[in-house]
Amino acid sequence: MAASETQVPTSTQKPVGAQAQSEARRAAPHTTEAASKNRLAASLRDAALAAFLAGVLGFFFIGLRTDLAPGGLDIRARWGAWLTSIAIVFIGRLALNVFVFKAAHPVGEGVGAKIAGVGKAAPKLGKWLTRALFIFALALPFFFTTFFPGRDRQFIDLAILIMTYIMLGWGLNIVVGLAGLLDLGYVAFYAVGAYSFALLAQHFEIGFWAALPLAGLLAAFWGIILGFPVLRLRGDYLAIVTLAFGEIIRIVLLNWYSFTGGPNGISGIPKPTFFGLELGRGDDGFAAFFGIEYDPIQRFIYLYYIIFALALLTNLVTLRLRKLPIGRAWEALREDEIACRSLGINTRNTKLTAFAIGAMFGGFAGSFFATRQGFISPESFTFIESAMILAIVVLGGLGSQLGIVIASIVMIGGIEMLRNLGFLTQIFGPGFDPVQYRMLIFGLAMVLIMVWKPRGLVTTREPTAALREKKRIGADMVAQGEGH
Amino acid sequence: MSGNAQTLLEVRGVETYYGKIAALRGVDLSVDRGEIVTMIGANGAGKSTLMMTICGSPQARTGQIIYDGADITHVPTHEIMRLGIAQSPEGRRIFPRMTVMENLQMGAALVDPKLFEDDLRRVFTLFPRLKERISQRGGTLSGGEQQMLAIARALMSRPKLLLLDEPSLGLAPLIVKQIFEAIRELNENEGLTVFLVEQNAFHALKLAHRGYVMVNGNVTMSGTGAELLKREEVRAAYLEGGRH
Repeated sequence: MAASETQVPTSTQKPVGAQAQSEARRAAPHTTEAASKNRLAASLRDAALAAFLAGVLGFFFIGLRTDLAPGGLDIRARWGAWLTSIAIVFIGRLALNVFVFKAAHPVGEGVGAKIAGVGKAAPKLGKWLTRALFIFALALPFFFTTFFPGRDRQFIDLAILIMTYIMLGWGLNIVVGLAGLLDLGYVAFYAVGAYSFALLAQHFEIGFWAALPLAGLLAAFWGIILGFPVLRLRGDYLAIVTLAFGEIIRIVLLNWYSFTGGPNGISGIPKPTFFGLELGRGDDGFAAFFGIEYDPIQRFIYLYYIIFALALLTNLVTLRLRKLPIGRAWEALREDEIACRSLGINTRNTKLTAFAIGAMFGGFAGSFFATRQGFISPESFTFIESAMILAIVVLGGLGSQLGIVIASIVMIGGIEMLRNLGFLTQIFGPGFDPVQYRMLIFGLAMVLIMVWKPRGLVTTREPTAALREKKRIGADMVAQGEGH
Repeated sequence: MSGNAQTLLEVRGVETYYGKIAALRGVDLSVDRGEIVTMIGANGAGKSTLMMTICGSPQARTGQIIYDGADITHVPTHEIMRLGIAQSPEGRRIFPRMTVMENLQMGAALVDPKLFEDDLRRVFTLFPRLKERISQRGGTLSGGEQQMLAIARALMSRPKLLLLDEPSLGLAPLIVKQIFEAIRELNENEGLTVFLVEQNAFHALKLAHRGYVMVNGNVTMSGTGAELLKREEVRAAYLEGGRH
C-alpha cells in the first residue's frame, strides 16, 4: 500500500488499494445500492484480512505464555485471549471501514479541521492562558497545602518534576526550536550539571548556590565541545552524533569509577540553603529563624520556588535573546544556512552559542536535580530522558514557549496521573493494572497529536519585531515541510 | 592593488572544482565602480558557481579574486560579506517562516542599528510592495515579492557591490521588468555597482553597461551590453525563441 502511494500515477498505471477506493468515491458521489453492497463486502474482506494478520502476529505474543516452572519454562496456551484479540481487531477494523475508511461520508470528517481551528482562535486565548498558568504556578504550593493538605507533598513533588521538564524543554528549545539543530543527547548536559554540583560539593564542600553558575558554565563548555565536531552536520546526521554524545557521557560516568563512583552514584548531596539558613528542624534552621513552626513541606515549597525561578530565568533569557540579533540569527540559521552566510553571519559562532546556552540551562536543571534528589547515578541520565525532553519540545510545537509548558504538564503530569487510575479496575476487573498500560496510552496520545496537529500543539510563531502592530503567523501559514 | 583604481572587483584566472569536476576553467572578468555588469550563459555554464566563488563558498582552487584592492580568494564567506559585498543568492533564499521585517533585520545584521530606520525607508521607496507585506511571513509572499525581499535584504547591509543571481528566475515578464527597473534606479541614483548573473539574456544585456558570455566554465565573449545584443552568436544561442 505504501509503495502504491509513492508511485506517480501515469496514464498506464491504475491506482490500487485505498487510493483507488477514494478516487472511485470521488468519481461517484451518488452511491447506489450496488455500490454500498460492494463496500460492505470489501469492508468485510478487509476486516477479515486484518483479523488474520492479528491472529498470526498474536499467536506467539498473546496465544502462548511462558511461565517459570521447576526445571525450566512451561508453555501455556491462552486461546481465549488470542481469540478475543482477533475478534477485537476484526470488529474494530470493520467498524472503521464502515464508518470512516470506506464510508460515503466518513464519521469525524471535520474533526481534524475543528481541532486545527482551535489554534486559530489562540492568540487571545494563549495570552490569557499564559497569565493564568503563571499566576497558578506562582501560588501553586499554597494552593495544594490549602486544598489538599493530606497529599500536598505528593502534588508539590509532581509540580517540581513538571517544572524541571519545562525548564529542560525551554533549554532544549533554544537548540532545537530556535536554531533548528536536532539534539538527541540533551540529557548529557543535564548529567554534566548534576555531576558538576555533586562532585564540587563532595570534594570542595561548595553549596548549591555557589555551584549553580559553575555547573552551568561547565555544561556550556561541554556544549561547545560537542558543538565543534558537529558544526558541519545537519538534520539526521547531527541527531545521530548528538545521540552518541549523550551515551558517551553516560558510559563515562558509569565506568570512571574512581571519579564518579560508577553505578553506585554519588550520595549525600547537600540541600540548598536559604541565604545560609538550612531548611531543617535545627535551631539555626529556616523555621526557627523566622519563628514559624517547622514543617517538612517547607523544603518542598522552597525547592519548587527554586526550580520555578530557574525556569522563569530560562524563559526570560530565551524571550530576550529572540529579540536580539543573536536570537534572530538562530532562527534564520534554522531557515536557511546558506542565506545566513551570504548575509555575513558567522554560522559557526551562531551554532556554538546556541549549543552553549542551551547546554547551560540543561546544566542548571541538572544541578537542581542533584540537590533535589540528594543522590545521583548514571541511571537517571539515559536516552529515554533525552527522548522525553525532545518529545515535549516537538509536541509542544517547535519554538513555542507556551506549547512546551502544556506538553510538559500533559506528558509528565499525565504519566503520573495514570498511576492513579484505580477506577479502571472496576471496569476491567481486579487484575487490571493501569500502570502497565501507561506507556501504551502515552504512545497513543503522541500518535493522536501528530495526526491532528502535526506541527505540535502551539504552532503560532510570534514575530520578534513589527513596524506598527503585531500580527500572528497562523498554523496554516507554517505548513508542513516548508522552509526546509 | 589592482592596476586600475576604478576597478572594484577583479576575477583573474579562477578555476573552481566540485570534487574532480571543473565548474570554472579559468574565468577572467572585472567590474568597475558604478557599473552594471552581467554574466549570461545557459544552464550549467557555471554562472552561479562563479557567483558563489566570489563569495568564497566554494573557494577557487587557482586564480585570484580581488575586491577593492584586496585579495579575498581565501577569506571565509561571512567575512567577505562584511567587506561591503551583498548577495541575493540563486533561488532567493529568503527566510520563509520569518516576517518580511525580520528578513530585513537579518540583512542589516552587520550594520549599526541606528541606521536601520533610514535603510528601511530606502528599500520601501524602492519596493513599496514590501511595506504592505511588512508583517507577513516571507514564505507567503509571491515569487516577485520574494525576489524584491531578497534584493532589499541584500541592500540593508549597505553594500558597495551587489551580486544578483538570476533575479528573473520563475517570474512573470512584468515583474521582471519592475525588478530590473529597480536595479537600474539603484545604479543611477546611488551609483551602486551591480554584478548580475542571468539566463534572461535580453533583459540583462539591455540593462547592463557591459556583459560577458559564459559557456562551459569559460568566458567566451565580452563587450558592452548593446554590442553583445547585436552579436549573431548571442542572438542565436540566447535570444531566439522570443524576447521573454
